[in-house]
Amino acid sequence: MDFSFTEEQTLLRNTVQSLLADKYDFDTRRKIAKSPEGWSQAMWQQFAELGLLAAPFAEELGGLGGGSIETMILMEEFGRHLVVEPFVETVVVAGGFLREGGSKEQQEAHIPGIIGGETVWAFAYAEPQGRYNLADLVTTAKKDGAGYTINGYKAVVLGAPWAQKLIVTARTSGGQRDRDGVSVFIVDKNAAGVSNRDYPTVDGRRASEITFENVKVGADALIGAEGKGLPLVEKITDQAIAALSAEAVGCMGELNKATVEYCKTRKQFGVPIGKFQVLQHRMVDMFMAYEQSVSMTYMVNLKLDENEAERTKAAAGAKVQIGKAGRFVGQQAVQLHGGMGMTDELNVGHYFKRLTMIDTQFGNVDHQLKRYSTAA
Amino acid sequence: MDMSFSPQDLAFRDEVRTFIAENYPKDLKSRRTRGEMTKEEILTWHRILYKKGWVVPHWPVEYGGTGWTITQRYIWNEENARAETQALLPFGLSMVGPVIYTFGNEEQKKRFLPGILSADVWWCQGYSEPGAGSDLAGLKTRAVREGDHYVVNGHKIWTTLAQYADWMFCLVRTDANAKAQEGISFLLIDMKTPGITVRPIITMDGAHEVNEVFLEDVKVPAENLIGEENKGWTYAKFLLGNERSGIAGVSRSKKAIERLKSIATAELVDGSPLLKTDEFSRKVAELEIDLTALEVTELRTLAAESKGAGPGPEASILKIRGTEIQQRITELTLEAVGNYGQVNVPTGELTGNEFVAGPDYSNGAAQNYFNMRKTSIYGGSNEIQHNIIAKMVLGL
Repeated sequence: MDFSFTEEQTLLRNTVQSLLADKYDFDTRRKIAKSPEGWSQAMWQQFAELGLLAAPFAEELGGLGGGSIETMILMEEFGRHLVVEPFVETVVVAGGFLREGGSKEQQEAHIPGIIGGETVWAFAYAEPQGRYNLADLVTTAKKDGAGYTINGYKAVVLGAPWAQKLIVTARTSGGQRDRDGVSVFIVDKNAAGVSNRDYPTVDGRRASEITFENVKVGADALIGAEGKGLPLVEKITDQAIAALSAEAVGCMGELNKATVEYCKTRKQFGVPIGKFQVLQHRMVDMFMAYEQSVSMTYMVNLKLDENEAERTKAAAGAKVQIGKAGRFVGQQAVQLHGGMGMTDELNVGHYFKRLTMIDTQFGNVDHQLKRYSTAA
Repeated sequence: MDMSFSPQDLAFRDEVRTFIAENYPKDLKSRRTRGEMTKEEILTWHRILYKKGWVVPHWPVEYGGTGWTITQRYIWNEENARAETQALLPFGLSMVGPVIYTFGNEEQKKRFLPGILSADVWWCQGYSEPGAGSDLAGLKTRAVREGDHYVVNGHKIWTTLAQYADWMFCLVRTDANAKAQEGISFLLIDMKTPGITVRPIITMDGAHEVNEVFLEDVKVPAENLIGEENKGWTYAKFLLGNERSGIAGVSRSKKAIERLKSIATAELVDGSPLLKTDEFSRKVAELEIDLTALEVTELRTLAAESKGAGPGPEASILKIRGTEIQQRITELTLEAVGNYGQVNVPTGELTGNEFVAGPDYSNGAAQNYFNMRKTSIYGGSNEIQHNIIAKMVLGL
């Protein structure tokens, strides 16, 4: 048993830490999020130059040969700085689909663009009627000669305004919620028939509503086998959950630090408010929620390659822990900061908002509890 | 024991229900938050009620009250919540107004009460300071008497809607050497006086509701002092007592739960309504039960008040549970709308062409949830309310 990091992993953490400390303080992040583009392409290039976008790819694909632990390290630091750039969407999700399900040709065609920071991806999977059920799809892909024609609508596609490429789930056969018949496609965002309406999200990011109207893709756009895509989608979203868990840990760590610091310095009734036992116990509960979240995050990142049932339980369990802890820590950090915690000026509210959205992404506590309890 | 209303009360209920149905402007119905309204629009319902003579049912008749019983006033509030009318701004009507007619002199009553009733004068509350929040008596804004006026210097914060205010009622320190609670006075300050600067505070939901108010050598005529110098704490506590008793918000929470249920009926999980799922329906049921308990607790307080008992420290129960329930409703509403909870509804200066994704009912769900976190902080934080019950009720 060993929960320590290797030298290389520590080096990676140091690299990203010093980059973000230098170039991604809270004011810079605010400016980036409020800019017309809503993200920093220059920052993305820095990520590429430092090899962050290559970290989890195998060396034969041009990567640095890392895995989920490397992603976890990066995501925790991104969480600390509330990084808005689409690392999860591009590297974890699109990279994951290509790595785990892509053909050699697809990998060679697309992974270098991800590693080099030239191509940004988004994951168009959710539909208005489907809530968190990955198989609940009205979007269809019909066989059309050698390729397919896609029709449908995708909701809240995070990072899509910045993306050139989309991973799209669509039904090639079966009923609306059947496990069979789900297929995964690579679609150019500027392909004929793809239209998007972009908007900001409450946590300072951007998303799109995307309509697909008779969008033609070739046979080479299909990832994996036709109609057999759902297990792959579940596997990759579990990897995304593992990454988001680490991001949430980063957010919670910062909130707890800020809250303890504030309660040590803020004086009311002649003493620092941290002297009040009711607040001390609250902060102890926040601390425990954080530690339990760290544990579940390590656990899920170590179990991503287990069999499906084990992996599902690990991911669902981590997401439940993160959802509950994120809500508690976020709410209490605001409460203990009083009026200041409510302001846009202080970073506390921004961490709280991000944690709230992490609970929604890829299914909230209730959804994951159900997944956990029905995993074989 | 009897929990039902008398036939007279029911007749009264029908009367006010009809009045609201006939007089509440239809075009206000669709807008739920003040952020979407102009200053004048915020006052629409106030002005209609003023004309009818129903704007201050809780005031004594001689100052403009309706003479309704406590139960009738309760029914009135209930019917307003039921119809989802605009909440009236409390600063004049529930806060400074009662202080003026209780502790002010004749001159002050004549001068200030009419503007409060008609809504021609907008009031804001100058209480909290950067260093004086939960410990309000720690306030440092100084007022020094110089001849026929005071010179005020200080810094107020969390001043709700001060950007529109004509006047501010303000707690100031007039005796720096007295014990914390004893050197405080209650001053009325014209916001147009030179030396006053209002600076907006944007909250995490993007709204501009609260402000900072800086006072720099502000000359306030001595005649604007309410009651006696250095007795302001007594008036402040009287005012906070009024603030807490209205804070349970039972009727508005009932309405919000109805709305939550209709959202959870429209939202689907695997093709059937979210509200039909075990986990969500249980959470809504729990919320309704919590609210029922609070409603009956409020009715018990009401019954005691009708028999002459004043609102005691038990009002803190209404504040704590009331705000917890309000927060839980917004939390479950955000949960109910699913993925579209991530959408931000633009605030501030808008072009009118902003795109807001998702069904109408999901719009602003997250921002409401974030905004409502304030309720366990303001009006005496919920931790302070626990202290009040511990000390005043349990004698600890």
